[in-house]
Amino acid sequence: MRKSPILAVRGLRASVAETGVEILRGVDLEIRAGEIHAIMGPNGSGKSTLAKVIAGHPGYEADGGHVRLRGEDLLGLEPDERAQAGVFMAFQYPVEIPGVSIANFLRSALQARLEDGEELDLFDFQDLLSGCMELLGMDPSFAQRAVNDGLSGGEKKRNEILQMAVLKPALAVMDETDSGLDIDALKVVAAGVNALREENPEMSVLLITHYQRILDHIQPDMVHVMVNGRIVESGGPEVALELEAQGYEEYKRTHAA
Amino acid sequence: MPTNEVIHGLGLDDYKFGFVTDSEPVFRARPGLDADIVRQIAARKNEPEWMLERRLKALAIYESKPMPKWGGDLSELEETLAQTYFYAKPHEQMERSWEDVPENIKLTFERLGIPEAERKILAGVGAQYDSEMVYHSLKEEWEAKGVIFDSIEDGLRNHPELFRRHFGTVIPAADNKFAALNSAVWSGGSFVYIPPGVHLETPLQAYFRVNQERLGQFERTLIIADEGSRAHYIEGCTAPVYSTDSFHSGVIEIVVNPGAYFRYTTIQNWSNNMYNLVTQRALVHEGAHMEWLDGNLGSKLTMKYPSCYLMGEGAHGEILSIAYAGDGQHQDTGGKVIHVAPRTTSSIVSKSISKGTGRASYRGLCKVYDGAARARSNVECDALLINETSRTDTFPYIEIDERSATVGHEATVSKVGDEQLFYLMSRGLDEAEAMALIVRGFIEPIAKELPLEYAVELNRLIDLEMEGSVG
Ligand SMILES: Nc1ncnc2c1ncn2[C@@H]1O[C@H](COP(=O)(O)OP(=O)(O)OP(=O)(O)O)[C@@H](O)[C@H]1O
Ligand SMILES: [Mg+2]
Repeated sequence: MRKSPILAVRGLRASVAETGVEILRGVDLEIRAGEIHAIMGPNGSGKSTLAKVIAGHPGYEADGGHVRLRGEDLLGLEPDERAQAGVFMAFQYPVEIPGVSIANFLRSALQARLEDGEELDLFDFQDLLSGCMELLGMDPSFAQRAVNDGLSGGEKKRNEILQMAVLKPALAVMDETDSGLDIDALKVVAAGVNALREENPEMSVLLITHYQRILDHIQPDMVHVMVNGRIVESGGPEVALELEAQGYEEYKRTHAA
Repeated sequence: MPTNEVIHGLGLDDYKFGFVTDSEPVFRARPGLDADIVRQIAARKNEPEWMLERRLKALAIYESKPMPKWGGDLSELEETLAQTYFYAKPHEQMERSWEDVPENIKLTFERLGIPEAERKILAGVGAQYDSEMVYHSLKEEWEAKGVIFDSIEDGLRNHPELFRRHFGTVIPAADNKFAALNSAVWSGGSFVYIPPGVHLETPLQAYFRVNQERLGQFERTLIIADEGSRAHYIEGCTAPVYSTDSFHSGVIEIVVNPGAYFRYTTIQNWSNNMYNLVTQRALVHEGAHMEWLDGNLGSKLTMKYPSCYLMGEGAHGEILSIAYAGDGQHQDTGGKVIHVAPRTTSSIVSKSISKGTGRASYRGLCKVYDGAARARSNVECDALLINETSRTDTFPYIEIDERSATVGHEATVSKVGDEQLFYLMSRGLDEAEAMALIVRGFIEPIAKELPLEYAVELNRLIDLEMEGSVG
């Protein structure tokens, strides 16, 4: 029996809020509980835009179609409400928050999930945080660093995965988490993601990448190709291998704007 | 040591101005200020003759000086001053009840989680403080070391020599109009003396001492940290101080003798009808180290520039300040460092936040006198704007007469970024929580210098303020 979808994107059109320039031109995508889907596609094809529209970035306007998480409409929700509903996006370009430690930030994020008047237990939090850091092979002192401020490119990416591990989303959108990671770090991050999935087999992953390499470690159920704001091909892991060999030329020709 | 001419040039010498009068003081409770009222104040305090003379001289200076035309808008201040009772009315009449305290202030106390007993003190309607026991045991410890920590009135009464030797030497009445006013009508404040070589671990907290009285409208504090001593003085609190007065003008004088280390921390959160014009200055002698940690929240207009006069070789002065300007408020703050002696060093770090129609101005002076060889100074001021309507400006004055000096100045203005907000919100924080976290991070380099309980209160206050900042 097929499971019901965690994420259902149907006919999604979206544009840049400020200029009205259309970027997503009807995206269809369905991810079921526990599945891993990869999205590949040339630079500027709209992959990050899709991720941000799912997460609720105010810089984009959804002009049509729908995005549902476990059947619940996401497009009408604020970014924090989407997060509370179970969406997590690992940013392609994580944002710097000077003066705020990673530990402090995560504590606030977990506290925000509690009912009014409920207090996060600090010992439980410490346990959770150190467990996640161990899983990702991180030094405990890392949690005292400021959020992305002064972190190296690779450290920023690992910080995203640490947050994902702590927040335990139902749907994790990972936007080029592999770019900028060295070979060892890539393995550690991939192992971390797999361990999280073991812990929570229902967790679904939408993995945006340019490279086959990460897919060797995190095996996708489906691979989609995005060109010019649409998903133009979907298939099994073999699609990624074909792309690796042939590139996007053929797709670009047949799906020009 | 600097020569007398230098000190004279700095305007630190006492104002020589004869003023004698022989009319009898007749007291009438009435607003406004004149010599009778000044005499009345001195008489009530049973002060020695020399102090009365100082007060009267100061009054004449006050009257002769025009209102400052720079800084904030003081156009309505004359009117306020004409309404002010400079001679406190009898105690009974001053008494207010908890019922008179405005609802929004009560609500803020409640949401900051301030205990009932303290709320009343902060609102100026209560007189007991839980920590009295703690204070007494500390006081015994301090006394055993020869430390004096008294009200300014007791200082004058019990230590006349020491008092007279230093009073008005750091900030003479003629320094500025409000220093003159304070010198004429001062009442309340602390007198502190740390003997040579004494190190105090526990900060001296004015809060312990002044809870019996109200925070003086014209408070005057005199602190002498003698050679090689080490101490930290803390004044104020982050909870809003509710007062029916709308004018506060304090003078804080500190003498840091050779090799001593002194830190003065103050956090004040005045109600938003308040004009807060304070002069605070330290004379820092050879090899001594002075730090001002200054937090200004609330008020209608604050003009406050803690200063360090680096008088002795190798003296170091540091000014860390946080200003928060909410809707309709103007914080005109910063710091002054005056390098008189060789190898003196200083740093000013100022962080301001403007929200709504709030305006935060940084105003700073770095002056290096000829002869202050290899003096070094660094100024960093950062402004954070919360809304489109928020405003900030920077007025750095740099005057350097010494070629071997190095002076750095760096200013940044940033806005709370949409990308920052989105990033934090995508982790489940609502907009106000996200904003508060960004603001807390912004002031963190200074907040981490605060005693823990102050830092916690400051953070809670920011959370509260940010709740009102999102539409
Ligand atoms: N806020 C914006 N303002 C203007 N143009 C935008 C904005 N966001 C995205 N675009 C444009 O939309 C297109 C898609 O951008 P997007 O970042 O989604 O691409 P991508 O597929 O993630 O590319 P890459 O592989 O390089 O990360 C690009 O042409 C980009 O310039
Ligand atoms: Mg991208």
